Formats: sequence, structure tokens, C-alpha cells
Amino acid sequence: MKRSNAPVFWVLFGAGGMLAALLGPALVLITGIATPLGAGLPADLLSYARLAALARNGWGKACLFLIITLFAWHAMHRIYHSLHDLGLRTGALAKLACYGGALTITVVTAIGLLSLGF
Amino acid sequence: MSESLRAPHPYVRSMRGWWRRDPFFVRYMLREATAVGVLVYAVILTTGVVRLAQGEDTWNGWRAALRTPWSVLLHLVLLVAMVFHALTWFEIMPKTLPAIFIGGRRVSAATITRGGWTAAVVACVALVALAWWWGS
Repeated sequence: MKRSNAPVFWVLFGAGGMLAALLGPALVLITGIATPLGAGLPADLLSYARLAALARNGWGKACLFLIITLFAWHAMHRIYHSLHDLGLRTGALAKLACYGGALTITVVTAIGLLSLGF
Repeated sequence: MSESLRAPHPYVRSMRGWWRRDPFFVRYMLREATAVGVLVYAVILTTGVVRLAQGEDTWNGWRAALRTPWSVLLHLVLLVAMVFHALTWFEIMPKTLPAIFIGGRRVSAATITRGGWTAAVVACVALVALAWWWGS
């Protein structure tokens, strides 16, 4: 019997959903609102020196990679299963578009982080 | 025999607007729609990683884009989506977890949900505090 690949996508969905539920609001607040406005957090929090140092640190690199890619796999899995609720046919093409999108984000993020070095 | 009898077209009920008929389904669809917010945020962060890898000038360009009013407005919407995702994620968690027993008694759904919400508040406060400490 052919093994189902569904549990893999389900675990990625669950891990990303948990991470987004625990840290998502704080992350959006920090990177998108408080720091750009310089409200509550220093405006140079996301300076090049700081972020490059974070991305070159092994732990920092792992955190950035996991946050971005698990968010993407969570979102794409949920969107794929919502297509049905919108009355759209979900075939191999829809699956390829959704999970392919998550894979693209994963590969681009990995290349970007690795090219920054350690 | 007419054409329509030889090639029957089964009746397909339209799905247009089905979820607007019941507040429960509206909440369900809003919950699923938070995924679009999570995806948009993941794309913004991926763009940031690429800009960072390209060098200081492009990274500062990304930061400048995040300072525009449209970006701040978008992030306010993303914040609402993330908070709604967190609320609903722990609301459905009792249904996705196996039964948990403590001292022979089953932990109630409300306790699991409240525990999740508490964990999210603690994690968010800790992350903002960490960012504040890191930046000062």
C-alpha cells in the first residue's frame, strides 16, 4: 500500500499554526508596527548590523528559517483545504500551486540565509 | 430521445455565499482566512531575508518600505489576523488533542483553551521584552 504524504503536511501545518499562535502577534507588532514607527521599540532595532549578526548566528539562522518556512507551510495547507469551501475544484494543480508556493518560500529563505554565511 | 436525456447534467447546488447564512460558518471562514495573513507575513519576511542577503543598501530599502503608511496599515490588519488566529487556534485545540487526564480527571476543553491563550500572552510579552532588551 502506498503511504500517504498527508501526515507530513499536517505536522508542518500544526507546527506552523502553533508557532504563529504563540509568536505571530508579537512578531508582526515588532517588525511591522513598533520598530518602523519607533514607537516603544528603538527604530534601529532592525539595523543591518544587528540583523546580519542574527542571521549569521547558527541559532538565529535556525529561528528565522523555522519561523518563515513553518508560517508558509501552515498558511498554504490551510488555504489548500479552504479552496473546497469556496467551491473550487481541488486537483493536482491546486495542490502543486499551494505546496509548491510553500516550497518556493522555503528554498528562497534557505538560499538567502545560507548566502549570508556563518 | 432528446440530447438532454442521453447526456444528463446532474444538478449541482451552488456554493455561492453558503457560509454567510450562519454566524458559526462566518467565524469558521474568518478563521481559515487568517491563513492569508500568515502567508502575506511569511512573504514579507522572505523578502526581508533576500534583501538582507543582498547587502546593507537593499536591506535599508526594505526597512524604508516598512515605514510607509500603507505598510503600517497592512501590518495592523496582519496583527488582527494573527490575534484572531491565536484565539481560534486554541479554541479548536481541545478537539485536535488526545484526551488529557490529570489525577484521574479529564482536563476540560475550557482549561486547555485558557492554557493556550495564557501561553500565547506569555510568549508574546517575552518576545517583545527580548526585542526591547536586544535593541537597547
